[in-house]
Amino acid sequence: MNTFEPPIFELSGPGKCGVNLPTVDVPLAELPQELLRTDDLAGFPELSETEVTRHFTRISQRNFCIDTGMYPLGSCTMKYNPKVHEAAARLPGFAALHPLTDPAHAQGALWIMEQLQSMLAEISGFDAVSLQPAAGAQGEFTGILVFRAYHHAQGDPERVEVLCPDSAHGTNPATAAMVGMRVVEVKTDHNGNVDLDDLQSKLGPRTAGLMLTNPNTLGLFDEHVQQVAELVHGAGGLMYGDGANFNAILGIVRPGDVGFDFMHYNLHKTFTTPHGGGGPGCGAVGCKTFLEDYLPGPRVCHVIDSDKFELFTPPHSIGRLKAFHGNFGMIIRAWVYIRTLGAAGLREVSENAVLNANYLRVKLQDLYPVAYDRTCMHEVVLKGQLRDAPAAKTLDIAKRLIDYGFHPPTVYFPISVPEAIMIEPTETESKRNMDAFIVAMRQIVAEAVEDITILKQAPTTAPLRRLDEVGAARKPILKYDPVKFQELRRSHAAATSDEQPERPTY
Amino acid sequence: MAYTTPDNLLYARTHEWVTTDGEELTIGVSDYAQQALGDVVFVELPDVGQKLSKGQMFGVVESVKAASDVYAPVNGEVVAVNEALLDAPETLNSSMYEEGWLVKIRPSNFAEDRATLLDAAAYEKHVADEASKH
Amino acid sequence: MSHYISNTDEERAAMLDAIGIGDVKELFDVVPAAVRFPQLDLPPALSEAEIMRQLGRLGRLNSDTQSTLSFLGAGAYNHFVPAAVDALLRRAEYYTAYTPYQPEIAQGTLQAIFEYQSLLCALTGMDAANASHYDGATALAEAAIMAFTSVRNKRTVLVAPTVHPHYRATLRTYTQGLGLTITGDEDTGAALDDLLAQIDGNTAAVIVQTPDFLGQLHDLKPIADKIHAAGGLLIASVDLVALGLFQNPGTAGADIVTGEGQGMGISLSYGGPYLGIFASKHQYLRRMPGRLVGATTDMNGDVGYVLTLQTREQHIRREKATSNICTNQGLMALAATIHMSLLGKAGLRKVAEICYHRAHYAAAEIAKIPGFEVVAPGPFFKEFVVSSIHPIEGLNTALAGMGIQGGYDLSADYPHLGNAMLVCVTEMNTKEDIDQFVQALRTIWEGRSDL
Repeated sequence: MNTFEPPIFELSGPGKCGVNLPTVDVPLAELPQELLRTDDLAGFPELSETEVTRHFTRISQRNFCIDTGMYPLGSCTMKYNPKVHEAAARLPGFAALHPLTDPAHAQGALWIMEQLQSMLAEISGFDAVSLQPAAGAQGEFTGILVFRAYHHAQGDPERVEVLCPDSAHGTNPATAAMVGMRVVEVKTDHNGNVDLDDLQSKLGPRTAGLMLTNPNTLGLFDEHVQQVAELVHGAGGLMYGDGANFNAILGIVRPGDVGFDFMHYNLHKTFTTPHGGGGPGCGAVGCKTFLEDYLPGPRVCHVIDSDKFELFTPPHSIGRLKAFHGNFGMIIRAWVYIRTLGAAGLREVSENAVLNANYLRVKLQDLYPVAYDRTCMHEVVLKGQLRDAPAAKTLDIAKRLIDYGFHPPTVYFPISVPEAIMIEPTETESKRNMDAFIVAMRQIVAEAVEDITILKQAPTTAPLRRLDEVGAARKPILKYDPVKFQELRRSHAAATSDEQPERPTY
Repeated sequence: MAYTTPDNLLYARTHEWVTTDGEELTIGVSDYAQQALGDVVFVELPDVGQKLSKGQMFGVVESVKAASDVYAPVNGEVVAVNEALLDAPETLNSSMYEEGWLVKIRPSNFAEDRATLLDAAAYEKHVADEASKH
Repeated sequence: MSHYISNTDEERAAMLDAIGIGDVKELFDVVPAAVRFPQLDLPPALSEAEIMRQLGRLGRLNSDTQSTLSFLGAGAYNHFVPAAVDALLRRAEYYTAYTPYQPEIAQGTLQAIFEYQSLLCALTGMDAANASHYDGATALAEAAIMAFTSVRNKRTVLVAPTVHPHYRATLRTYTQGLGLTITGDEDTGAALDDLLAQIDGNTAAVIVQTPDFLGQLHDLKPIADKIHAAGGLLIASVDLVALGLFQNPGTAGADIVTGEGQGMGISLSYGGPYLGIFASKHQYLRRMPGRLVGATTDMNGDVGYVLTLQTREQHIRREKATSNICTNQGLMALAATIHMSLLGKAGLRKVAEICYHRAHYAAAEIAKIPGFEVVAPGPFFKEFVVSSIHPIEGLNTALAGMGIQGGYDLSADYPHLGNAMLVCVTEMNTKEDIDQFVQALRTIWEGRSDL
């Protein structure tokens, strides 16, 4: 099916409008002429509702999504997004609720927020939760700001170093820098754990804390996590838990029970609020009692001896992270998820996620070297270094997977693993699909040995072939411009070879 | 990986090359470094007149998926920058030792700095040692 | 097993067998035994029918803008959202995909973001817009950081007191570890001229909002001239809906434009998810936070779209990145893109006109009621301040009893205004609604001894 679709600007026709708006039913007021725009909204398209609907439907068909097929994008937890969540968030009592509504008239929403705070705290072993941060990275930012505030309150403002393992997600060091902290990298040992000797050598009176993802970005549960926490605490530092991989340990172990002081939850990963093509998410945070007073507000509390809920800001709060109360639309979906699964269902999530990942590990490790040879958690990190086809790169393997109908795994991350392929099937993937994935991964090795061009040319069945990212970066075209699009199309005419069938170009 | 290291240049461990004589020294990045980085898409250069101390970061060379800081191999003042790279960063890939130069520096203490730099043979050994660590 | 798990017991047993273990528990031997498998104390699991029934009950405890006549705005707006927006937003191809890291199979998301960037540039007069921030507050905070890193040796950011109080709070949260001074809003009643008088050689940026928090429209041009003369940047926080009718901030001289895009096709949802818009002039592009999509071609020469200039971002640049942002508000940007495409030129202008005329009608009618005064020293868009001899809290309680959600009580944020409420009128409030609101205020005034 041809889903090529020109930029919406090229579908425009003067005078069209795609919305049926009310008419002005009041006397006209005088407009402040000096403040009106004078460019007649040049460049803005004009289309009918029919055309807009068709445009966005057509381009949507050029996307791969979870509902299309297996999406084993490591560290992103691309599990099924339940449809009941969408229905719940759109109930008018929530979707049409103004954030500044008198709390007395928003008790239903506050009830949900308070219960989600309590449930997240229980699942993770913490004492207090704030739902305000909008994404994981903002949760991290919250945590390191809280660490900073805590150390300042202790008379320890010189604690300005944040330790991050070399396998850490890029948001960890970027977050520390945004708080004005210095990043100190900690090495990984031969088993994929934090290197304890290296850690010890880097701890000291300037240590603010350690940011640790556990299970880590290698898909491994750190074998010495409690020792790591003892060392960090011994040096006066605090333990930040990056909850990106929380999906592996629901009902298995609580971060608060192994030494973490603070963590963020990715509601859009673990608690399956939809990823939305890049967002929105929710990076709610939890912490131990001694950090509670620094949390961002507003939080929700149950008014003692009543059935009422209220918003409040903790006494030494680091401040607001955004306007209003948080991404409530994500909060309600996560609440539905936890209430639907209950404690037993959550443990099943992690057991199946880890079972699935280990199944892929044992079925692929003979052809794709594992980064670390031990039981993994919810994801497995392989290397795209094929013994019999050294010319094959991880990128080629990923692109060829597209032709087999799979979304490629995360590639080239963690950066500490050469040619990394990070596969996270999640608990909702079936054995049937994983078996097909295994067959594809093995077939790709055979193809690479036989004829590497099959991989280098891939994908050939996707809506587009490999794209010129170098050209895009050298001469950025970041908004629609008819002249620049004409130039791009001229390059099409130049590139089209004789064997290409005739088809319209866009 | 095959790469060139002209004998008439000196090299820093951070992969910059520098010419060896004259009032002004020309500085660029080595063939090895540009190959490791891949297609260069953007180059950030310092202002003319900026004083640099040896080891100070003075620019960035970027590919699509990586960014590499560039460090001053000697002490001195920037007297010229290669503005042609701003429009045609690919020159750094095609002509890293000539048209793809980054900056010219008037050195302040080259006699001393020179001793800390590597000649072509020593730089090749350094690259080999570094590669074997990975 | 839950209804989201797709494997049978036999399939699970076969997988355990392949791994070489007998029980799934063995996969977790690495977890310290003392803390392994905690009993979580959570409420019992509910069926889908039960949970929807409970949600229905909880939702009815809330006074939403469909069950009341709402005149509440203050940064979150009850604008009309055509059914087509949500119908398209609910396509799983969009909402169950993630960041378009594999462009060959993510062209839908990428093209939509590219069109979003293009529409924003057209609307704001900027050269480049990123793929979104969390909301208007965080976009503003990141703009201040970008301004600070773009101009050299200037460490003060001046912010007008009429910038949304939550945005100013967020700005302070974001910059607390960076050694920046945020000032200018200490006196909540200070005029913009007072702010401009504080500009000096140390001023990295001036932040103004238009229409401001109190609804007033401002001419950005003299502000831009003043800060540019001092070598700093102008950051304008805007309402996209107002831009259908009012001054193009880029033409007026703004260097960075941020704002809240919720009014463009996004439901109120008790405060989020919303849409942080972020756009700037070309020369600051390399310091811009967030994702950017660019147009290019594929191996066949067909036009396509990719994430580009990624070396600014955390996954490549780590601690030297322009921001830590990763997950953004992609789906909300899509909603705004669809909404703006539906409105088009004519619709954008018309929505703004309806808001303007109805708000002015409401203001004129309220001004006629004894005991109320409209405080609008200059031109306003869809919000205006109404001062009253009575505390707003009691007034709003009385209005709620009449099925009306009154305006935002300004007494905590702007004490200099006394008893004052910020009234918001959009295209969702008909003349009949406004008349009912005015009548309610009159009734309250007439029976004022009850307050």
